[in-house]
Amino acid sequence: MNNRYSRQELFLPIGKDGQERISNKHVLIIGAGALGSGCAEALVRAGIGQLTIVDRDYVEWSNLQRQQLYSEDDAKNRIPKAIAAKNRLLAINSSVVIEAIIADASVVELEDWVKKVDLIIDATDNFETRMILNDVSQKYSVPWIYGACVGSYGISYTIIPEKTPCLSCLVETVPLGGLTCDTAGIISPAVNMVVSYQISEALKILVGDLDSLRNKLVSFDLWKNQYSAIQVDKLKKEDCPSCGNERTYPYLSFENQTKTVVLCGRDSVQIRPSLPTIRDLEALEKVFAKQEGTVLRNPFLISYNVEPHRLVVFKDGRVLVHGTKDISEAKALYHRYLG
Amino acid sequence: MKVLLNGEWIQLPEHIINVSDVLKHYDIHQRHVVVEINGEILTKLEHQNTRLADKDRIEIVHFVGGG
Repeated sequence: MNNRYSRQELFLPIGKDGQERISNKHVLIIGAGALGSGCAEALVRAGIGQLTIVDRDYVEWSNLQRQQLYSEDDAKNRIPKAIAAKNRLLAINSSVVIEAIIADASVVELEDWVKKVDLIIDATDNFETRMILNDVSQKYSVPWIYGACVGSYGISYTIIPEKTPCLSCLVETVPLGGLTCDTAGIISPAVNMVVSYQISEALKILVGDLDSLRNKLVSFDLWKNQYSAIQVDKLKKEDCPSCGNERTYPYLSFENQTKTVVLCGRDSVQIRPSLPTIRDLEALEKVFAKQEGTVLRNPFLISYNVEPHRLVVFKDGRVLVHGTKDISEAKALYHRYLG
Repeated sequence: MKVLLNGEWIQLPEHIINVSDVLKHYDIHQRHVVVEINGEILTKLEHQNTRLADKDRIEIVHFVGGG
């Protein structure tokens, strides 16, 4: 035994007992971008027992400014974020069991993953996934911690089923439009602040100190020097379709799921086949090699560059179309190159 | 009137009467927001008919998606 957790055990609200509890917990992080990187590193350093980290994307140069787990090599080789994250996390703490999943977090997957975990941390970049996550959390009674940031602004809220309002109570419908990383950019202190809020709440939940939870919707702007924390209990709705008395879990139904999404800050569209598929990347490489443009393949994906677009095909059938935010254009390219 | 908006004293233009006017003024009326006045949280319906007064403490939190 070394004393790697001694300083955390000296912190009275955690102590040796709390540390023991943390080491027996399993946390699911959805997204391995800026928030996901920060949250994963903090939990792994804190000695979480098991971590499942899910991401559908791969590392790019524009990530390195704030996504703390990744290096230039990851960007050069377009390593999927889940894999690059796992490698770095194991180097930080080899005793943590880390499961890396390269996938889109949708209904089927989330309902499967949630059954094994004690807590979910939201590190997604879109409300579509969050609304599904919110329904799954309510259905299986697993708490989740909302976190988001854009520019110098950040926001977080901890959702405890049967206790607090849920995200559906707070926003009612999926927020569309507004600022994104595309229009406003993002600075790393905003990321780190949200990560700090999320992980403080996560540690309280993991050690079982629920009385110490913040219980407020918190937001801040680090550039405008603003801070606000609001008690939102009054917004809990008895007739909420996600957490109310007669629940329908609307976001778990098939009709409410889109198969294409525009990725935040990436000038990219993801297209996901409606039925599960396994792509034969080797065969696909040969097909692309015969066309104009350049091809790069690694064990996880194939990247096909045909100016001004780039198509990245993952083994699970998902395709990222880079160089456009237009879904129909992306679909056209998808069908043009992948049938 | 002068109000304390998210911790900062702000002089609001004369035409602003109720909460939804403030949201329009800051161009966030189409976003998902939570508003608190003097420690009391408002439901969305209350944004329209809640009048503001001088020295009100207003907290406005808007939801964002990035991460």
